[in-house]
Amino acid sequence: MTESYLLKNLRAVRGRAYPRLIGSTREPSWFIFDVILPLFTIAGYAYVYKFLDARAELIGYVVLGGAMTAFWLNILWSMASQLYWEKEIGNLPLYLMAPISRMSILAGMAVGGLFETTIQAAMTLAIGAIAFNVVFSLASPVMLIVVFVVTMIALYGMGMMFASLYLLLGREAYHLSALMMEPVYFASGFYFPVKHLGFWAAAGASIIPITLGLDALRQIIFPGGTEDAFLSLNTEVALLSGLCVVFMILSRYALRYMEYLGKTTGRLTLRWQ
Amino acid sequence: MAVTNNLKVFKDSAWLGWQMEANWTDPFLFLTYSIVKPIAGTLILVLMYIVVTGGETANAFFSYMYVGNAMYMFVAEVLFGVTWVIHDDREHYMTLKQVYIAPMNFYMYIMGRSAIKIAITSFGVFITILFGVVALDVAIDLTSIDWPLLALSLVLGLASICILGLALGGVSFLTAKHSIGINEGLAGVFYVLSGVVFPITILPTWAESISRFLPVTYWMEAVRRGMEPGVMRELADTSGYDVTGMSNVSDLTIMLYLLISVGVFFALSIGVFRIADYIARKKGKIDWTTAY
Repeated sequence: MTESYLLKNLRAVRGRAYPRLIGSTREPSWFIFDVILPLFTIAGYAYVYKFLDARAELIGYVVLGGAMTAFWLNILWSMASQLYWEKEIGNLPLYLMAPISRMSILAGMAVGGLFETTIQAAMTLAIGAIAFNVVFSLASPVMLIVVFVVTMIALYGMGMMFASLYLLLGREAYHLSALMMEPVYFASGFYFPVKHLGFWAAAGASIIPITLGLDALRQIIFPGGTEDAFLSLNTEVALLSGLCVVFMILSRYALRYMEYLGKTTGRLTLRWQ
Repeated sequence: MAVTNNLKVFKDSAWLGWQMEANWTDPFLFLTYSIVKPIAGTLILVLMYIVVTGGETANAFFSYMYVGNAMYMFVAEVLFGVTWVIHDDREHYMTLKQVYIAPMNFYMYIMGRSAIKIAITSFGVFITILFGVVALDVAIDLTSIDWPLLALSLVLGLASICILGLALGGVSFLTAKHSIGINEGLAGVFYVLSGVVFPITILPTWAESISRFLPVTYWMEAVRRGMEPGVMRELADTSGYDVTGMSNVSDLTIMLYLLISVGVFFALSIGVFRIADYIARKKGKIDWTTAY
């Protein structure tokens, strides 16, 4: 690998991240919707817990889970579906012709999406926490950063893999993303401790990085989070680190294979393009 | 002649809607998709309930919450579905211009497309309720259902949601991605303020006052009274206070309120739709695309 090739790919990452970073400032109303919409679900679930006279931590979990939905939605609609949309609007062949690694395109999408989504999620979390008097108890800021970073790398690695798998899809891409919303909110325990699903179900759901990430974050930032934990914090960090590697490798292979499949079956462009 | 033509438009657009919703996969996968999504959404609430109570689902509040959540699918899906017709035809398929200039009643076209959305959602609601009754002890007894109240409240409630969707559809003529946010935002307001999964009396006083103006609040109450009258009585008896905040409102008053809502929404929605349509034509937005 020559240096210029590396620089070219870094520029590709920056170039693909740029529209995501700048996009939210071009149309601020979209950003406001993205921050406010999860608050309705948060409020609905928080009031259910209130009516049931539940522990205060559970309301905190709802606020955190509601804020974290932004990342999952970003994975589904702005990572997984992205190459399908690029195909629809005619950009995909340009990506494939460019003298860069396809992984740089995916990495750029991930970096831009992660930055934009982190700001949205932080604002949703802050507003939700104020509205429902959520008490945080941050035991270890360093661990918080470590957990967040490994969760996001694993999650966006999964998103990159999905993007490759979606490459050949048509209209089913939209429906597949829609299908992976509520079932994943349920399986990953966005609004309740995932250990209540039972060990094997929670273990199965742990293939989705946000399951372990949410569980680990709860242990770090809520006073009673450890009692609700599925696995110990160190085990979850170790598993998440493993998922980072697995998804990065899988996304690389998936992209290569799906591109080959797309070329041989003539499905990388649409009929009228 | 006009009636026959309108019915044909309704039927053909419903068929088109069905093809767009369902022909992206085989029937078995579509059926699975239609079942998994609503059931998973409902299971989130079920697990939340179980985490707090330890699993006792044969309880009036559980049935109250479960039925409310199932019926809310109509609000979210139908409201979204009606508006999505405009957005999808214009932005995705880029056929709105052709549909618009075709010799047919445009309202009938939208209603036909929406009807199929209602049909698919009805299937999801039915499966969810069936799952609740069979697996989770949701207290719905077929012999005690107040069928006339349930049927009338369903008709009036769905009509008001469809009509509201029409107004939002008009707004989508003038917006890009905003129509999704506006729809989901409005549906979210109904979810929190209309006593969908918890009684409105738990809300702060100011929010409870707003909820008493929302038709969905009355629709939820009417549907529950029709579908699970025993649950509503038990909830009032065990709580020892007017937990739903609606005990003093008679069935007749609720139905009257829903009827008035349909009338008011109808006038407003037609007005909003026509104004938006006029502005969209004036500004050339009927065939506008924004890459969303």
